[in-house]
Amino acid sequence: MKNRLKVLRAERDWTQAQLASELDVSRQTINAIEKGKFDPSLPLAFKAARLFNLSIEEIFEDEAAS
Amino acid sequence: MNTPKTGSNGWEARNKANTVRLAYWTFGWVATMAVTAFGPKLVWDYATLPTAIAVLANLAAGFGMIMANIRYLRGLDELHQKIFLDAGALTLGIGLVCGLSYDLLEDIKLISFEPQFSHVVILMSLTFLVGMIAGHRRYQ
Repeated sequence: MKNRLKVLRAERDWTQAQLASELDVSRQTINAIEKGKFDPSLPLAFKAARLFNLSIEEIFEDEAAS
Repeated sequence: MNTPKTGSNGWEARNKANTVRLAYWTFGWVATMAVTAFGPKLVWDYATLPTAIAVLANLAAGFGMIMANIRYLRGLDELHQKIFLDAGALTLGIGLVCGLSYDLLEDIKLISFEPQFSHVVILMSLTFLVGMIAGHRRYQ
């Protein structure tokens, strides 16, 4: 699953550690999601969407559907 | 727009507290196991009451360690829970398959000594360690 987490984070000048703190996960988890190695759960995806004031679809993209 | 916190991560603090709690319970379990194993012979000459108390204390510490481990696991974030689950599945599989085969070796006369359960525990511990390291490397 593709995502724009890294871009959104960079636009706000946040570090991975800051984003991890905000989402209450480890920095390693943020790194794995940004690299596409790990797909977040729905609750975590919703949490990220709330944080960036975006919809889930604006952050995460299902590669199988594209 | 929310501004991210710059202080310590809540997940990190929770994980650290859970890890310390698990370490204390594990130390308690190992210590009571040592007392139960060596106390009867070296300290109280196989007296029934202290031996029974030592066994009960060991079981209680073991139960506490199990609960601390469950709490530790539930406190992990979803990536680390997945890494833990994968390592646990590998350990269970290796332990079951190799443990049962190892148990058979004496019966079918391939080895001359009696298989020791502690060997299976060592194998499972090493497997879990390798599984955890491999999991962390996979998601780096």
